[in-house]
Amino acid sequence: MATTAIPKPGAITMVEAIRQAMFEEMERDASVVAIGEDIGVYGGAFKVTDGMLAKFGRERVIETPIAETAIIGAACGMSFLGLRPVCEMQFIDFIACCFNQVTNFAAKSHYLWDAPVPIVIRGPSGGGVHGGPFHSANPEMYFMHTPGLKVIYPSTPSDAKGLLKSAIRDNNPVLFFEHKYLYRRLKEEMPEGDYTIPIGKAAVRREGRDLTIISYAAMAHTAMEAAVELAKEGVDAEVIDLRTLLPLDKETILASVRKTNKLLIVHEDTRTGGIAGEIAAVVCEDAFEDLDGPIERVTALDTPVPYSPPLEEHFLPNTAKVVAAARKLAKY
Amino acid sequence: MATKAGITSERERGMTEPLKREQYLDLYYYMQLNRQLEDRMVRLFRQNKIVGGLYSSLGQEAVSVGTCYAVEKRDWIAPMIRNIGALLVKGVPPRDIFTQHMAKYTSPTKGKDGTSHFGDLKVRHIVSPISMLGDLIPVMTGVAMAGRYLGQNIVALTWIGDGGSSTGAFHEGLGLAAAQKAPFILIVENNQWAYSTPVSRQVPVKNLADRAVAYGISSTIVDGNDVVAVYNATKKAVTECRGGRGPHLIEVKTMRMRGHAQHDPAEYVPKEMFEYWKARDPILLYEKYLTENKIWDETTKSEIDARIERELDVEQKFAEDSPMPPPEFAEVGVYCEDGCHKIEAEWKRAKADVMPPKSSFNPGWKMQDLGALGEIPTAKEVAAEGPNGTSAAKSNGAPARSTPGLPPQNFVNAAPPQRQSTPPTAQTEATEPAEPRIPFGRGPKDKAFRESPDNPQNKSYGRGGAQGKTFRKGHPEKTFNKGGQNKSFAKNPAGKNFSKGPQDKSGRR
Repeated sequence: MATTAIPKPGAITMVEAIRQAMFEEMERDASVVAIGEDIGVYGGAFKVTDGMLAKFGRERVIETPIAETAIIGAACGMSFLGLRPVCEMQFIDFIACCFNQVTNFAAKSHYLWDAPVPIVIRGPSGGGVHGGPFHSANPEMYFMHTPGLKVIYPSTPSDAKGLLKSAIRDNNPVLFFEHKYLYRRLKEEMPEGDYTIPIGKAAVRREGRDLTIISYAAMAHTAMEAAVELAKEGVDAEVIDLRTLLPLDKETILASVRKTNKLLIVHEDTRTGGIAGEIAAVVCEDAFEDLDGPIERVTALDTPVPYSPPLEEHFLPNTAKVVAAARKLAKY
Repeated sequence: MATKAGITSERERGMTEPLKREQYLDLYYYMQLNRQLEDRMVRLFRQNKIVGGLYSSLGQEAVSVGTCYAVEKRDWIAPMIRNIGALLVKGVPPRDIFTQHMAKYTSPTKGKDGTSHFGDLKVRHIVSPISMLGDLIPVMTGVAMAGRYLGQNIVALTWIGDGGSSTGAFHEGLGLAAAQKAPFILIVENNQWAYSTPVSRQVPVKNLADRAVAYGISSTIVDGNDVVAVYNATKKAVTECRGGRGPHLIEVKTMRMRGHAQHDPAEYVPKEMFEYWKARDPILLYEKYLTENKIWDETTKSEIDARIERELDVEQKFAEDSPMPPPEFAEVGVYCEDGCHKIEAEWKRAKADVMPPKSSFNPGWKMQDLGALGEIPTAKEVAAEGPNGTSAAKSNGAPARSTPGLPPQNFVNAAPPQRQSTPPTAQTEATEPAEPRIPFGRGPKDKAFRESPDNPQNKSYGRGGAQGKTFRKGHPEKTFNKGGQNKSFAKNPAGKNFSKGPQDKSGRR
């Protein structure tokens, strides 16, 4: 995995972009508060909330015990009084500890008893940094399968900033995955002023005619690299970065497939039950006649994320794997 | 069991002014309304007009009514499935409960959920429960924190059963509430049974309230079948909680007089247990109390009873005549979309207080001690320092808190009492603006609490006698005794010798 952005003067990392989004929202709206473990004095495990306590005080930067259920539960309660808490999972893997609060309480409140839960749950996710099986997860699909939630997984600093702002202003529980491999590996200049990016809109990163590669988060960069390789071989790939997984931008997906007639889906999440299956089903339902070849997918293996570098590299998709799959598909 | 028939003396300990006559009659009205409403629902259940399960609160009406009667309109509650009486006190009309149970389109959830699973954010301030128990504790902690943040001066109250008190959410929620000193009240409704499992097989402490000590919060134990006692204990807690003392836990001892739900004949409950509690029926006791204290007469009683009948006739008819929801309504409302709700906090303080530059400060931890062994008094030692300083110490033989070779105790503050009375705010930088007090949670620091009769350490309730009887001399470091609970096992209601291991069966459904 590498990134394609070329740093410019004034460009910032994804960590800084996320930090800016939170600071700006907290300055804009006193109902926005932050809650999580070690987010205050220490500034968070990845320093996303660095300086937040000093600026906004202990009432708005709430440091909690190690208790994810308490964090999400309290955030839900706060939201009932009109606050907009942004919860940090120190690593998104730990969201498994509060699964019940997220899926049974937060996700169902509006549907069942008309109580909106405007909270954001954000945290570092993804592999490639040798974090091992409990610090590298991509648990987005547990939540993709939960009606009532929104799931965002950006790949660039400016998207992260714009989408996080939208998430904070959204009236629903939003899960915001931050790929830790991307935290400091790429820099980008932020658009001017108070800008947001709408939730549920994919981005076409590269236009192409021969096949469509759909991906998101760190794999969006891998897909772009593969597209560059493929271009050398005369294969013109279109690359779509989903940015939001739920709600899924079916329109952009279908429009692209109708144009290129071939679809390759790449994700860092494990294979079985990954988003590729859902996208394949959507395309088969609505664009089957447009397909000129099988829907291909390149994903992580169906194993926990292994720790040792050779194991993890074997586990993860990479540019070579994507290029190989695209070559095969292009022959149809 | 040391409980005696009739209204207990708990009331005398309450600090509240006496209730007015109308309020006494209110308590009766709501308890009887609760019972008659459920009685009708049992009949509807037998007629197959109730969809799904029906969970009785028979025998527990005094808990729902007495606790909720003590909170104000601005305060927030989150009931459990059996707290129908609390919903009624908060102003929910009986038709809402009928229609919910009958899955009608006119119900608060329009058929999307049943039973007492509904809420009201705007008017009555009720948070809907979910079936997984304990999860409302962190949620209501958040409500309490938000209320404080917005300057609303509210109290958040929820209930948990003996069964639900074993869940992780209970612990996480109470831990956060304690750490935050949130204005939060937890009613531990000990109805003796988590589905089919008795308390003694779930929890190896004598009283569920004993657990409060471990969270560093205050607690009270009260007779759950004495509505006035329940009211007074809750009222006191609400007043103190609103005053900023932090969370409070009230254990109410009562009895579930039916099975877990209608399908369950509760044959596992020893007959004598039902008989004992039947004689202590909360409504029966309260009727007697009202008569003996000349608060009402037969005429008043029949007037109220007739009123309840009239009201329930109308409400039940409304529910029975209501339509079922249209099937396609299942698709509506998963997300809060544009224009669906306007979410706006109600600020009762200046927003500028929580905005920079006013909110800005120079953060950092200021430690009160080095955290060394012997430097910090244990919970038992704190208790031993109790009201007259010696009585508790005598009873359990707790050693003097000084261990050779340890750092001097005057590292930060000279004497333990001073350390104990240090306000939690002192633990952050002095430059910090006025903020909620955030203690480190090493047990009760508040001297007033330590010495108050509300501190369970200062109480000797019923079965187990004074704590720490079996404390082993000669082990000065081990101040938590492991044997003190055995008595309560021996005296389990069924008279059987249960094993001593803690069981973790919660009452989830």
